[in-house]
Amino acid sequence: MIPAKFDYHKATSVKEAIALSQELGEEAKYMSGGHSLLPMMKLRFATPEHIIDISKIGGLSYIKEEGNLLKIGAMTTQTDLEHSDLLISSYPIFGDAVWLTADPSVRNFGTIGGNIAHGDAANDQPAVMLALRATIVAEGADGEKSIPIDEFFHGFYMTALEPGDILTEIQIPKAKKNSGGAYYKMERKVGDYATAGVAVHIELDDAGVCQEIGIGLTNVSAVPMRLDRGEEVLRGQKVTDELIEQVGQIASEDCEPESDLRGSEAYKRSIVNTITKRMINKALERARN
Amino acid sequence: MTINGESVSAEVDSRLLLVHFIRENLDLTGTHIGCDTSSCGACTILIDGKSVKSCTYLTVRADGANITTIEGIAADGTNHPLQQAFHDQHGLHCGFCTPGMIMRSIDMLKTNPNPTEEEIRWGISGNLCRCTGYNNIVKSVQQAAKEMANPKEETV
Repeated sequence: MIPAKFDYHKATSVKEAIALSQELGEEAKYMSGGHSLLPMMKLRFATPEHIIDISKIGGLSYIKEEGNLLKIGAMTTQTDLEHSDLLISSYPIFGDAVWLTADPSVRNFGTIGGNIAHGDAANDQPAVMLALRATIVAEGADGEKSIPIDEFFHGFYMTALEPGDILTEIQIPKAKKNSGGAYYKMERKVGDYATAGVAVHIELDDAGVCQEIGIGLTNVSAVPMRLDRGEEVLRGQKVTDELIEQVGQIASEDCEPESDLRGSEAYKRSIVNTITKRMINKALERARN
Repeated sequence: MTINGESVSAEVDSRLLLVHFIRENLDLTGTHIGCDTSSCGACTILIDGKSVKSCTYLTVRADGANITTIEGIAADGTNHPLQQAFHDQHGLHCGFCTPGMIMRSIDMLKTNPNPTEEEIRWGISGNLCRCTGYNNIVKSVQQAAKEMANPKEETV
C-alpha cells in the first residue's frame, strides 16, 4: 500500500515547522514518529497534501523533574519512556502502558507527543494523561500555550491543538509520597488497540485516606474519558473493597463502548468493571509501598 | 544514507516507502514485505541501530541515516551469531520471517544482552512467524545471546 501523493518538507526547529505550516495551510500535517499517521495515509484514511517532518527537531526528547513537575519532551519515544530510570522508579504507570503499546520496533519511533496529539481514544497515553492530570504544552503562531488535559480532547481525532500548533511538552504533577498509578489494557494480541483499558493514579495521606484520584479510560468512548463519578466516590475516603466495587460498577455504567470485532458492548462494560477494580488495587498497593 | 556500510544517494518520490527503496531500488531483497501494515515485522531493519518496520517509514526521512539490513550483518562471509544460531537451532521453517526476527533480535540483545525467555518472547512480539511456534526461534536467540556475550572470536 502506498500513500497518496504529498509534498515533503523537513523542519529543523519548532519555529520553522510552524512557519511552514502557516505557509502551507490546513492540508499540511506534522509527522514525528509517523507510526500513527503513515499507516492511515497508506490506507488512504488520511491524504494530507503536505507532510512536515518534525522528527529532526532537536531538544524535544527528555524526561526530567523540575520544581513540582515531571516534564516529558513531546518527541520522547515510547522506548525512551520504557527505559527511563526515573519513570521506572517513580512513575511505574508509564511502564505498564508502554509495555502494552504496539510492539518494540514501533515503540522505537512512536513518540509520546504523537500518541497524544493524534487524538485517538484507542491510544494508551490519553487515559494515562487523564489519570495523572497532565498539562499539554504546545507552541503555535501566537506563542506558547498550556492546555489542561481535560480540555485537550475534543472529538474523534480532534484536539485543542489549532492548525499549526506543535505539542512540545507534557507536564505532570511530580509524584508525591504515598502515591501510585497503574495501567492495564485488554488486547486481543500484541500491537492491537485496546478492547478496553483503564489508567488509575491515586494519592493517599498518612492515614491512608484518598486525597486525589484520577481514572482514565481507553477506547470505550469516542473521546478519551475521565471517570468523574468514580473519582468522586473515592476522593476524601478511606478506600475500602466496597467502594472499589462501587467504582467498578460506575465504570461499567458510565463508559460508552460500541460493539465491534473486539467484543460486544456488554462484554466491554464487564471488562471495564474488572480492570478498573484491579487497577485501583494495583495503584493502592504501589501508593502504600 | 549509508546502507550496510556503503553510501547510497538517490532522488525518490516523497511517498516511496523505505522497504520498497531497499528491495526495488537497491535490490536488497532479504528484507521482506509481509503484512504491509506494521504488524508482522518481516520488513524489520535497523536505522541508526534501532529496529524499525521499514514498511512504515518514508525513504525521504532516512536522509543521512545509517541503515543495516540482513545483508549487512555477516562479516567477511562469516555468519553473524544470530544467523548461525537460527541455523543451528532450526529457528526457521519457511524462512520468510527470519530476516526480520534477526534484525529485531540484534536491537534487543544490544539493549538487553542477557534476556530471559519471557523477555525474548516480548522482545520479538512485533514479529510474527506462522511456522515454528516460536520455540526454536527463542532457542536461537538464547544461543546467540550466549555466543555474543562470550565471543569465541571477533564478530560484527
